Amino acid sequence: MTRLVSLCLFIALWQVGALLLGPRYLPEPMAVAATLLAEARNGALAFNLGVTLARVLAGFALAMVIGSALGIALGRLTALDRLVDPWLVIVLNTPALVVIMFAYIWGGLNESSALAAITLNKLPNAVVTLREGARALDPALDEMAKVFAFSRLRRWRHVVAPQLAPFFAAAARSGLALVWKIVLVVELLGRPNGVGFKMNEAFQLFDLRLLLAYALPFVALMILVESFVLRPAERSASWWRRHGA
Amino acid sequence: MALEIEIARKAFRLADRGERIVFDRFSLSVAEGSIVALLGPSGCGKSSLLRIIAGLDSDFSGVVTNRPRRIGMAFQEPRLLPWRNVADNLRLAAPGLTDEALAALLAAFELEGRGGDYPGQLSLGLARRAALARAFAVEPELMLLDEPFASLDRALHLRLRALLAQRIGAKKITALIATHDLDDALLLADEIIFLEPAPARIRGRLPIPAPRGSRDENLTKLRASAAIYQVNDAPGNGNSEGAT
Repeated sequence: MTRLVSLCLFIALWQVGALLLGPRYLPEPMAVAATLLAEARNGALAFNLGVTLARVLAGFALAMVIGSALGIALGRLTALDRLVDPWLVIVLNTPALVVIMFAYIWGGLNESSALAAITLNKLPNAVVTLREGARALDPALDEMAKVFAFSRLRRWRHVVAPQLAPFFAAAARSGLALVWKIVLVVELLGRPNGVGFKMNEAFQLFDLRLLLAYALPFVALMILVESFVLRPAERSASWWRRHGA
Repeated sequence: MALEIEIARKAFRLADRGERIVFDRFSLSVAEGSIVALLGPSGCGKSSLLRIIAGLDSDFSGVVTNRPRRIGMAFQEPRLLPWRNVADNLRLAAPGLTDEALAALLAAFELEGRGGDYPGQLSLGLARRAALARAFAVEPELMLLDEPFASLDRALHLRLRALLAQRIGAKKITALIATHDLDDALLLADEIIFLEPAPARIRGRLPIPAPRGSRDENLTKLRASAAIYQVNDAPGNGNSEGAT
């Protein structure tokens, strides 16, 4: 209920701001809604939103899979960790923009370069989080599994995976927020479609209505994913903690 | 075949670059089917010995021969998987466990109706019982119990000990029980091995031929028979606790 009031207040403030500043600086909510509706009618909104979402999901999935595997390996193999850690720090501190530019220059302005740039930007974050998870694995439970001769599969599924799940969920949540921001920059710099591309177009034309007409649905979509997919997933990752104790 | 443990040397590295020698030319033979209590003060190497026998610690020079394949172990802490319920914890350790066998085990350790509970919902005493049930669930050829009653209150300690005495006598298994409580050793074991503080040495071995069922009433006499090994000279010697 408070959230709804808060949202209404936000739109009211926007309306007041628009009246004060004028349409050159801040278009009215209704005007943005009209543009949004028009874009939705001619199919451009759905198409660009879909393209961007596909890139977000592909990059996110790739980074999570590769990053988790690498992170778990680094958490368990100290020698490898010592070797790779400096590289990780370098990639972690390289601006996303630099990675994107290099990807486009080396790989050309195509979809795979875009995907590589998205994945590379998210990768170190997943690696670092899962590495922490692998380091935090309880040696006491590992010994238990060894004494009772757990098979490799059983050990992974029932001993290791439940301990890594909260770290995986945390990496996923922080990862999505990171990835969708990077995807927009990737599209702005070198793709002929997607929300980032449309925003660039709006910027060239100083068309604030178009800019907001794409920004708002996209933000809404990400909030929906965050609150209806990722947050429940994170909560269920440590469901067993709520059993007593 | 008797379980043979030969440890030429086992030392722990200390933080200040020194090392603490736990075993120096230590050997022990445990006959098949016998229940042996390792009795000694805390820190004398009982846990280290069990871990070496279990195959969890290979950082020592020496050899363990005739280690059976199926081992059941109860650690000092219950070490149950907190994200699996009690029944699943037992099933995961013993994949062949039938539903009837599971129910019988839970009943034997007074855990009826607790199969669906998660370890977080159990008191320490219940969790200990679940861990013991798990060790029995694998139908082990070798049972290793590391201070199975540590940090339980007195009443629960006695109760669980009686339960274990009953259970351990019913099956023919080789068992090693580490404890610092003389009464635990007297009531559970076929033979007590008295250990000296690190580096561990066997001070003496005391066979207890009396049947387990009749030991409770003869406890005072049994205590007296163990008295020659109970030298309470070392400060902080945990042995006195059990004898008084």
